[in-house]
Amino acid sequence: MSITNLLNNWSFYRQKRPYQGQYDLNRQYSEYKWAMALDLDICTGCNACTTACYAENNLPVVGKKRFNQGHVMHWIRIERYWDENMGEFPEQGASFLPMMCQQCEEAPCETVCPVGATSHTNDGLNSQNYHRCVGSRYCSVNCPYKVRYFNFWNYPSTAWPAPLPDQLNPDVTVRTKGIMEKCTFCVQRLNEAKSRARTEYRLVRDGEVVPACVQACPTSAITFGNIVDPKSKVAMMWKNQQVDLYKDMQEKDNSVRGYRILEDLRPFPSVMYLERVRDMEA
Amino acid sequence: MVNTYEETEVAVEKRFVPKPLDINADIAWAKINKDILRSLERPRPIFWVIFIASFALFLVGVSCEVYQYQTGLGVANLNNPQVWGLYIATFIWWIGMGHSGTLLSALLHIMHADWRKPIYRYSEAMTTFTLLTAALFVLVHLGRIWQFYYVVAYPNERWTWPNFQSPLVWDATAIGTYLTSSLLFLYIGMIPDLAICRDNAIGIRKKLYTFMSLGWMGTDRQWANFRVTYLTLACFLMPLAVSVHSIVSTDFAASQQPGYHITSFPPYFVAGAIYSGLAVIITLFIVLRYTFRFEEYMTMPILEKLAKLTFAAGMVWTYLNLIEYATTWYGNDMYAKQALIYRATGPFAPEWWMMNFLGSVLPFALTFKRVRASIPVMLFMSIFINFGMWLERWMIISPTLAHGIYPWTWDDDQWPSFVQWGIVAGSFGWFNMLFMLYCKIFPSVSMYEVKEMLHERRFFKSTNVATARDPAINPDLAVEGGLAS
Repeated sequence: MSITNLLNNWSFYRQKRPYQGQYDLNRQYSEYKWAMALDLDICTGCNACTTACYAENNLPVVGKKRFNQGHVMHWIRIERYWDENMGEFPEQGASFLPMMCQQCEEAPCETVCPVGATSHTNDGLNSQNYHRCVGSRYCSVNCPYKVRYFNFWNYPSTAWPAPLPDQLNPDVTVRTKGIMEKCTFCVQRLNEAKSRARTEYRLVRDGEVVPACVQACPTSAITFGNIVDPKSKVAMMWKNQQVDLYKDMQEKDNSVRGYRILEDLRPFPSVMYLERVRDMEA
Repeated sequence: MVNTYEETEVAVEKRFVPKPLDINADIAWAKINKDILRSLERPRPIFWVIFIASFALFLVGVSCEVYQYQTGLGVANLNNPQVWGLYIATFIWWIGMGHSGTLLSALLHIMHADWRKPIYRYSEAMTTFTLLTAALFVLVHLGRIWQFYYVVAYPNERWTWPNFQSPLVWDATAIGTYLTSSLLFLYIGMIPDLAICRDNAIGIRKKLYTFMSLGWMGTDRQWANFRVTYLTLACFLMPLAVSVHSIVSTDFAASQQPGYHITSFPPYFVAGAIYSGLAVIITLFIVLRYTFRFEEYMTMPILEKLAKLTFAAGMVWTYLNLIEYATTWYGNDMYAKQALIYRATGPFAPEWWMMNFLGSVLPFALTFKRVRASIPVMLFMSIFINFGMWLERWMIISPTLAHGIYPWTWDDDQWPSFVQWGIVAGSFGWFNMLFMLYCKIFPSVSMYEVKEMLHERRFFKSTNVATARDPAINPDLAVEGGLAS
């Protein structure tokens, strides 16, 4: 951003975000706003999304020792919680929550990065620029979900011995030591779909492109799409669940299940979860 | 009417118990030069012990850093919620220590507290070297040190700027400003003394001091310009010092991690900075006094005044610390309250309680005159207070990161690895090494200001400028006034 650009568009850059109607089909810079809806009632906690993410995004498998040290690099993780006072193991009441970068609209990580390595894209993604990152890890401190993963070791030298580099995804960089990384909503797929659509003078159709986790989910618990398009499945789900992207507190009926995690901190996440309904009497 | 200092003392003695003098008023002026220049010659053997030990520690730190540079930050046993560890904690500690040097040299200069004069020079040097040490940690904690210059706003062909919203950028700017101005302040205050060194040195030292003293001749015009410059810089440095640690505290206060997100952090950090800085000034006071035989200049009454100041700063820090607990406890932020309870009862509880004891309870020993008058006790007190303040910084960083908002990422069992401890130890070596070198090469007690102090003690009954300039009291002035009229 040059100074001239900054001064000419001062009011635009000073505008508080997200504002109502920021993403609108009529506005050139915001034809897309990628969003997710994740139904916890359908999720079985099978870890297929995690595995798919490892394969798609060239995530290093760190091994048991470094996992225990807290150096694991899963961009999407399945959190398993047990109910309190629910008895012995099989009846312990496990519940699962897949957690990935929530692509917050007002992301806490973006404001604190000293070099601007993480910033917002026009299509509502929270992007991470590996080449710009100096590894101060401030973004991780300020992330309430702690979904940013730091390269504590030089994984490319250890994680993929001899034949394994051949299976790396060529569309995704391999990250070296000392930089931060996180879920990108498989931005390489999104960009490819966008440029393909652009050559045909159209927008990306709903369902034309999905991240690896959505593609791999056997129960279709995750829905992904462009929330700007009112006919897309994810936009309809958000509408049905009465969750508004631009609000930090939702006014909704008790009958709907949609919610966003830690909404009261006002990060305006792009992932909506649908509560799990359990028959406690049974 | 009483005229001289001694007569005043006698007059006072009749009514009150006499106060010990800050400095003996009978020291000959030539002896001051001789004594202080002797510190550049041959110190006690303990100097070499400290210097070699510091250098060894520094090498330990360097080797740990090389290992970490080659391998990645994983060897430091930092992990995903606990991304900062000892590095940032020790960074805050070092940067805080510098503030007391500025307090002694700038604030007390503005306030005309003349007991600062024998001890301000090394305190100001301490400020400069602690800032240099703190700057090391900014580099060490980065994942990619080799690209640290991305944080600096430098012109480049891609028009990329640092993110000016980020407190880390404010931090880098504030520390850079503070380092530059305190280095300048130290140097300018040293010029008259460097001229004395120049007049007494031979060989390569002569060249060094000649170059550094900038042709100081001690003329009236030079002194007048010197005074104005020094006072201006002092006035500039005082608010700067307060702002620097406030900005460092915004690294935490501006984030939304529970336990960091606290409004009272800026004054809390500044108070803690001055507190730990005063404690380290006492430590260095005792070390220098012995090593360079400064017993006549760094006297016990000055140590006692320092101890009282430390106690006052300690109480301010305690108050702000308790305020932090109280506002968290009675506040509506569930996460912050949980973080506070975690610190007091979780795996970091021993360190946390030790921090509170060493920082808030131990300084009460300073209320006893026998404690303040004993050098070994004061040495241990100052070291333990500083250890408590280091623990405080660690207790801000680690337990908070271990216990964030999101329960899935809570992480209790991380302990810093030997690489972290080695680099922290290396920072001590680096600081001591630089500081000892400084004291060996430059006069660590201000000669001209000690002379000023003695002059005032000898001829004026108080340091009150209005009284001192009154011809009715000062016989010298009376004679001059008579001649002029």
